Parts: sequence; structure tokens; C-alpha cells
Amino acid sequence: MTAAPEPRRRPALPETALGLGTLAFAALVLWQAWEIPVSPLYAKIGPSIFPFFTGGALAVLAVLMLAQALRGGWQNEEEKAIPIDRKAVVYVLCGLVANVALIGSFGFTIASTALFVLVARGFGSRAFVRDAAIGFAVALLSYFGFAKALGVTIGAGLVERLLGG
Amino acid sequence: MDTLSQLAGGFAVALTPAHLFWCLVGTTLGTAIGVLPGLGPALTIALLLPITFKVEPTAAFILFAGIYYGAMYGGSTTSILLNTPGESATIVTALEGNRMARSGRAGAALATAAIGSFVAGTIGTVGITFLAPVVVRFALRFGPAEYFSLMILAFVTVSAVLGASAVRGLAALVFGFYLGMIGIDLQTGQPRFTLGIAELLDGINVVVVAVGLFAVGETLYVAARRHAGRDEIVPLRGSLYMTGEEWSRSVGPWLRGAAIGFPIGAMPAGGAEIPTFLSYWLEKRLSRKPEEFGTTGAIEGVAGPEAANNASAAGVLVPMLTLGLPTSATAAIMLSAFQSYGINPGPLLLQQQPMLVWGLIASLYIANIMLLVLNLPLVGLWVRVLRIPPPLLYAGILVFATIGTYGISNSWVDLVLLYLLGAVGFLMRRFDFPTAPVIIGMILGPLAEQNFRQAMTISDGDWTVFLTHPLSAALLALAALALLAPRLYAALVAARRREAVARDA
Repeated sequence: MTAAPEPRRRPALPETALGLGTLAFAALVLWQAWEIPVSPLYAKIGPSIFPFFTGGALAVLAVLMLAQALRGGWQNEEEKAIPIDRKAVVYVLCGLVANVALIGSFGFTIASTALFVLVARGFGSRAFVRDAAIGFAVALLSYFGFAKALGVTIGAGLVERLLGG
Repeated sequence: MDTLSQLAGGFAVALTPAHLFWCLVGTTLGTAIGVLPGLGPALTIALLLPITFKVEPTAAFILFAGIYYGAMYGGSTTSILLNTPGESATIVTALEGNRMARSGRAGAALATAAIGSFVAGTIGTVGITFLAPVVVRFALRFGPAEYFSLMILAFVTVSAVLGASAVRGLAALVFGFYLGMIGIDLQTGQPRFTLGIAELLDGINVVVVAVGLFAVGETLYVAARRHAGRDEIVPLRGSLYMTGEEWSRSVGPWLRGAAIGFPIGAMPAGGAEIPTFLSYWLEKRLSRKPEEFGTTGAIEGVAGPEAANNASAAGVLVPMLTLGLPTSATAAIMLSAFQSYGINPGPLLLQQQPMLVWGLIASLYIANIMLLVLNLPLVGLWVRVLRIPPPLLYAGILVFATIGTYGISNSWVDLVLLYLLGAVGFLMRRFDFPTAPVIIGMILGPLAEQNFRQAMTISDGDWTVFLTHPLSAALLALAALALLAPRLYAALVAARRREAVARDA
């Protein structure tokens, strides 16, 4: 938008990676579109036309992204300036993994309590016992309130059966 | 007169105790999630979609519409007191509103936002009342070719025109197409993009996508940005009453904001950002005290954009109800709620389900009145909601995300999908991709494909059908214009400038 000609900027690595990732994804979409068997009955307007279009469009957009990335990228300066808080992200990811691992065998309430404690820790909370208590209460309340009211069944485990859920 | 008698019938539906109850639940919940940063109406409605198996459609849509309107009101409270816009549509409100709050006029800012939302929301709802039947009469002439072209126009405007970058907007949209196509093709029974995973045969539920992008992605994004620090909540001082001068400075912006917001929202382009920015720009020029803009905070800069925001939110419901064309993530999820009832929104909806549509429209009037009461005298309550510590808030959001997703099929595959989409959502936020086009593409993409194939079947495989039908050709021309005109214009300006520079030298 500025009138002065911009100085040539160096390629931006993250955006280049993102562009390459999109290109690889486009290739996957096109390959999957190729795999769709098309009966001759629908040959003209078969089920693979839109998949091909989607894959092709993704490939074109990925190339455009790469072109932008090589000219310096597009991520705004404010965002670039803030370093990623890795510790926080790792805690949240651990919470998500714990949730998937526990929900099948131990049930929703226990899995959610673990998720709650780990995510709260990632966001800087140090009150482990308080978080566990609140997480347990929130999970139990939403199990018996929200989930039952909506009529969805979510994995009952030890705690839920104990309480007659 | 016919419209008015239909509306009266709608009020008879909306004023029953059960429907008033759903409206109250919706508006209260909507305000709460609007106030809370990180939660939006699209996510909330997605989490509540299972309710469509429990209650009749009218009640569910009154609830959803209450959430939708309520989130618009609640979002302004956060913008004003915390300077963290809850949604992109309230960025402008934060500009002046937060400055007003810092100079001790938080009460007046909240009041003009709430009353302005009420005025514009009501004007917008009147707009729906009278515009919807007109659009329906027009849309009854649409065939599959016209629908397909209309959707192309919506795709272009939603992803390429509104937003920072056409490339990223379109990439988000096309990613949505991909997600929408996963599963069995309804016309031929062929599985597509399932990678041999049995769980994917039924397709990906829109809840998983919405919750993944908006809840998991958002949580990861906020967690990663903890070094950015937090905004302080400005304490609420002073009365909520506006002085005579503040009233007289607000009325004009309210009305102009509504006049800008509703038509733009009602166009098959949607989007609340453009009208709020337009209104801000206009009020800054018209203001009697332009020196307050950007310094102590100008009340016009809150009143106008807030009104524009709410009026355009109402406008978005017009193409949604009359054409089945959602132009925001929230509208797209409401469309999937219609699908879950086996109802197809479109021109026939008004004839087949008049009580549903008119009951919904009438409930919007009631929701606006409820929201005015909820947001003005009770604003102190929402300030307290705003004080929930982030660790507990985001941990809680992820617990609810689990319920919404795991409840669908009790399968850990859905949870893994949810987290993968969360990672995608994180990258999209971090690298400035819009997320709404993903949801719109996912819901609308399969409908566009269906119309495309129907049109092609009718025309016996003749591609020119989209260009020989005048209406369809006009819509496609509009789409091409919307995609190319801004670029041509920019190129023209750049060329002129180069010429001028060359002449100077």
C-alpha cells in the first residue's frame, strides 16, 4: 500500500514450509481423487470431478502461497515478534493426549479431570489441587447436566457408574 | 399486509412460555459466550447441535438465534472493557470503546453499544421481515444452474473479497470443500477420501471441524501467545446513563450504522467486518468532535460500528432463510441444524414451514428486548464472567469440546480428528488464514456439487448451461468481477503512480 518501492525481502521459512505442506496435501487430494472408481454411467459428471477440482485448486493456491513466501512471507510483524510459549503448548498437547488415552478405559470424568489440570497448568496455574477439584466438578456436572440434557452418551467409566450414571 | 398477518402468527408461536424460555436461555448463553474471549456463537451452536434430536425445530432455532444475537451484544462488552475483540466484527468497537473506558466513560460506551445494538438489531429484524418474502418470490425462479452460480458468487465474496488475502481465503474455502466431500458420495454410493478408515464413511461431522478449529485451535493459539501478555480489564466506573449530549451524538450513528450494516449483511456476501469499518470511517468524518477519535475515545465510533455489526448479523439471516445460503460460520452451522431436521432452507421453506420461519423472526424481536435488559442493568454480572481466570476458562472449553465430539459416536477416532483439526486451526490463526470459509465450504460445497451435477444432468452434460441462463451468467459475471476488480484496480493505481513518478523524474 505504500508508495515507496519495498526493499526485496528474504524468503520466509515458515511460510515456505506451509506452502510446501499445502502442495503435498494437494498431491494427496489429487491422488485420492484418482482412486475414486467412476462407473461409465456417470462418466460425464461423475463423483470425481469436484475432488479433481479441489485438488487442482489447492495446488494452484499452494504455488501462489510459495511465491508470496519467497518474496518475504505474509505473517504480520506483531505475530512474528512473539515467541511461541513452547512449555504452554506442550502442556496443552499432553492434556489432549491424556484425554484420548484415558477416556476409553477410565471414562469421561477422569479423562476430563486430567485434561483440565494439564491445560490449566499450561496456562500458568499452579494450584494443582484446586484445578483438579474444579475440573472434576465441571466434568461431573457437565456429564450429568449438559450431556444428559442433550441426550448424548459419553463414555461412562468408574466414577459415572459409581454415581449411577 | 400479508407480511404483517404472517408476523402476527409468528408472535403467537414465539410468545408461548416454552419458546420464551428457549429465547431467554439462548440470549443469556449468547451474551455469556460473547463476553468470554475464545468462545463464539459458531462454536456454541455446534456444541449444542445434539439438541436437535431432543426438541422440535422451532424451539431449537429460537435458541440458536438467541445465541447468535446475544453473542453480538456480549462481544461489545469485552471489546470495551478488555480491548480484546471477542470477534473480528468487534475490532472497531474496541478502537474507540476501550479508549472511552480508559478515560472513565465505560458506562456510556456500554450503554451506547447496547442501545445501538437494540436499535440496529430491531431495524435489521424489520428488514428480514419485509425483505425475506421478496427474496423468496425472486428465488422461486432459480434452477440448479442458478443456485450453483449463486454459490460460486458467495464462495468468492466470502473467501476472496472479505479478508486480508484472496489466496489464503480461497485455500481455507477449498480445504472446507475437501472436508465436506469425505465420505460416501450420495449420488453414486462411491466412498471418497476415506483412506480406508471405516469411521470416515459417514463423513466428518461439522461439529468436529467447528470445535477443532474454534476451540482446540484457539486454545493452542492463546497458549502459544502467553508471552504476549494480557490486557487489563478496565474497572466499570460511573453511571450507565448517557448524558443528553451523548444521546444526541449516538442516534445518528445508530441509524446510519444500521443502514450500512443490514444491506451488506443481506447480500450473498455477508460478513460483519466491512460494514463496521465503513461505519467507523463515516462517523469519523461526520463527527462534531473528531479530535476525540483515537485519543479519549469518541462515542460515535462505538455507536455506529456496533449498530452496523448487529444490523449485518440480522442481514445474514436473509440469504440463510430464503436461499439456504449461509455467509458466516454461524449461519453455516445453523444450516446443518436444518439438515439434521431434514428441512432444506430455501425459497420453499417459507411456504412449507411458515410457523417455523415466522416464529423465528418474531422471536428475534423478543430476543432484542431481552438482550437490552440483560446487557444494560445486568452488565455487572457479565463483568464478573469476564474475570474467570484464563487457565480455568480454556481448560473448561476443552472439556466441553470433548463432550461435543466424543458424544457423537463415542469413538476416539473423532477425538484424534478433532485434535488434528485443532493443529490446523492453530496454524491458520498464526499465519492469518480466515477460518470461517472452512465451515462455509464444508457445508455449502456439497450443496454446490449437488446443484452442479443436477444442472449438468438436466442439460445432458452441456457445460454452457451456466452461461446461457441469463440469471446464472449474471451471477457468474458478478463473481468474476468481485474476484478480479480489486486486483485490476490496484494494478491500475500502481501503474498511474509509476507514471507520475516517471513524470516527476
